[in-house]
Amino acid sequence: MYEKLYKSLYKIRCVEKEIARVYPSDKIKSPIHLSIGQEAIAVGVCEALKKDDVIFGSYRGHAQYLAKGGDLNGMIAELYGKKTGCSKGKGGSMHLADVRHGVMGTSAIVGTTIANAVGYAYAMKYQQRDTVVVSFFGDGAVDEGVFHESLNFAALKKLPILFICENNGYAIHSPQLTRQVKDNITERAATYGVSAARIENNDVLEIFNFTKEAVEAMRIKKTGPVFLECKTYRWKEHVGPNEDYNLGYRSLREADIWMKNDQLPRIASMITEGTRLDIEAQVDLEISLAFQFAENSPFPDGNELFIDVMAGD
Amino acid sequence: MERSLSFIEAICEATRQEMDIDPSVIVMGLGVDDPKAILGTTQGIAQRFGPDRIFDTPLSEDGMTGVAIGMALAGLRPIHVHTRMDFLLLAMNQLVNVAAKTHYMYGGQESVPLVVRAIIGKSWGQGAQHSQALYSYFMHIPGLKVVVPTTPYDAKGCLIEAIRDNNPVIFVEHRLLYFQKCPVPEQLYAIQPGKARVTVVGKDITLIGISYMQLECLRAQKYLEGVGISAEVIDPIWLSPLDITTIVNSVRKTKRLLVADNAWLTCGASAEIIAQVVESIQGTCDIQVKRMGFAYTPCPTTPALEDQFYPNARQVASEVHKMILPDAPLWIPDYRADLKAVEFKGPF
Repeated sequence: MYEKLYKSLYKIRCVEKEIARVYPSDKIKSPIHLSIGQEAIAVGVCEALKKDDVIFGSYRGHAQYLAKGGDLNGMIAELYGKKTGCSKGKGGSMHLADVRHGVMGTSAIVGTTIANAVGYAYAMKYQQRDTVVVSFFGDGAVDEGVFHESLNFAALKKLPILFICENNGYAIHSPQLTRQVKDNITERAATYGVSAARIENNDVLEIFNFTKEAVEAMRIKKTGPVFLECKTYRWKEHVGPNEDYNLGYRSLREADIWMKNDQLPRIASMITEGTRLDIEAQVDLEISLAFQFAENSPFPDGNELFIDVMAGD
Repeated sequence: MERSLSFIEAICEATRQEMDIDPSVIVMGLGVDDPKAILGTTQGIAQRFGPDRIFDTPLSEDGMTGVAIGMALAGLRPIHVHTRMDFLLLAMNQLVNVAAKTHYMYGGQESVPLVVRAIIGKSWGQGAQHSQALYSYFMHIPGLKVVVPTTPYDAKGCLIEAIRDNNPVIFVEHRLLYFQKCPVPEQLYAIQPGKARVTVVGKDITLIGISYMQLECLRAQKYLEGVGISAEVIDPIWLSPLDITTIVNSVRKTKRLLVADNAWLTCGASAEIIAQVVESIQGTCDIQVKRMGFAYTPCPTTPALEDQFYPNARQVASEVHKMILPDAPLWIPDYRADLKAVEFKGPF
């Protein structure tokens, strides 16, 4: 298990760093919201899911997409605006989807996919499938009405959905406590009749174990929705490849605590060096091939503009 | 003998028959399973199919529209019912940003087979927030279909088509049409999107009546007949996709076009239709165009002002008379009680 967690954490970290490195070349034709610092949540959750479980994500969705097994070539080509992208160059970084791997999509409008995930969970219950749905969103989405409407309905119908709030403390540059009276998202979720918990320290093992237990209960005992708030920290700027500690809305000292708690070296220390080196070599190659794939792929033809506006029969 | 159904019965029958043959069809919305059953349009559905397939919702238009979209993404075919179209304003994010864009934005991987039933009506004193026909908002958005059936026959066929369509369809029903009757086949049939119908053949002017205004145009046609003016009347049925070809062919013949809409004119369906006609015809022949619709004010409640707010058949007839005989004295036909019940007769 540690090997799988390490591989996923390492892969996401390295993909994000490579995106940041390439970004100034302007080859990436899409605004990027990097997941560096927050990988542990998507990895801990998705490693505890089955292949045919599905996730709905947020615009900061690279980690979610990759952790669930979304195709890397398709993702990088999508960022490059290429025809071979997972969304054929029509979605970009904020609209990654890979339905074959259970990644149903992400939205640039904060909170929007929460309700879609709930509807999907209704369908799973109605069709008597044992698929579990995960909805990822940030603390900003909790400000939106749709969050509350969705939790209420999910609880009302006892739907098989796990709500994951990635609380990185900021909506763009606005701290949580300038938008909410208290740091009590978990308590508020619980009032809707949803089983709710909070993990404070970005601990990937704790998140994994919690998810494992929650989805098993949903599948077997039909316990209904579960809510998990994960405190975390975004290391990079809100959008773009750089750091933004110079802006003054947050301090490097605040970030330092989270950086010292980085889950990547922690999990690395739990596997043998040989295994680690093997994983890293394999992932490094995969990433390098994905960027080559994106570079070498063609842009879509002009007539692609009008394709897929409407679904056929 | 041919069987006649009301608009209400046609909607209800289409829903029941599609639910019978397809377990993925689900009905949801405020009050869909209550004793009044959305003016009877969901009558008996709850008893027949049970609470998993038809359910009342919390008062959460935004969230519940998102839920319906999520259900559609998983392969269900939800029909989300709103007794007032005005409430769709609370659901615009999900309809415009998600439903309309999902298929395109994810490169064709996913689709949203969703029907949104939105009921509109004349105000009857219900005022500014219970009287709006907002279909033009949705015409603006690629990725959505918009249909405004006016007959029971089209109501049944268009609803069946909307349910089977793999795209989100905004299905707009005018409650003043609810008690209209016409022959409706018992079997299932679908009305093709993007096909208008010439409801009366004529030669002097083309009248396009949208939604309830189709009925007023049919009345206007009778008034005009009385003074020797021959109006061709067209029901567009689908506003998106819009059958502009049928309209253009008619206008080429009549050289005159009046679009009577059940909505405001500015940036409305009437503006779109006339713009497309002019783009097609300009330079090939001279045409006259005219729009009629709501007064450009919020809808008032007192009947004294409400009457001024809505156009009617006599005003439509009068405008047509003015277009055809600009030098004649102003003519407004005397009210004819026999036109109160204009029946849709078919054949279709």
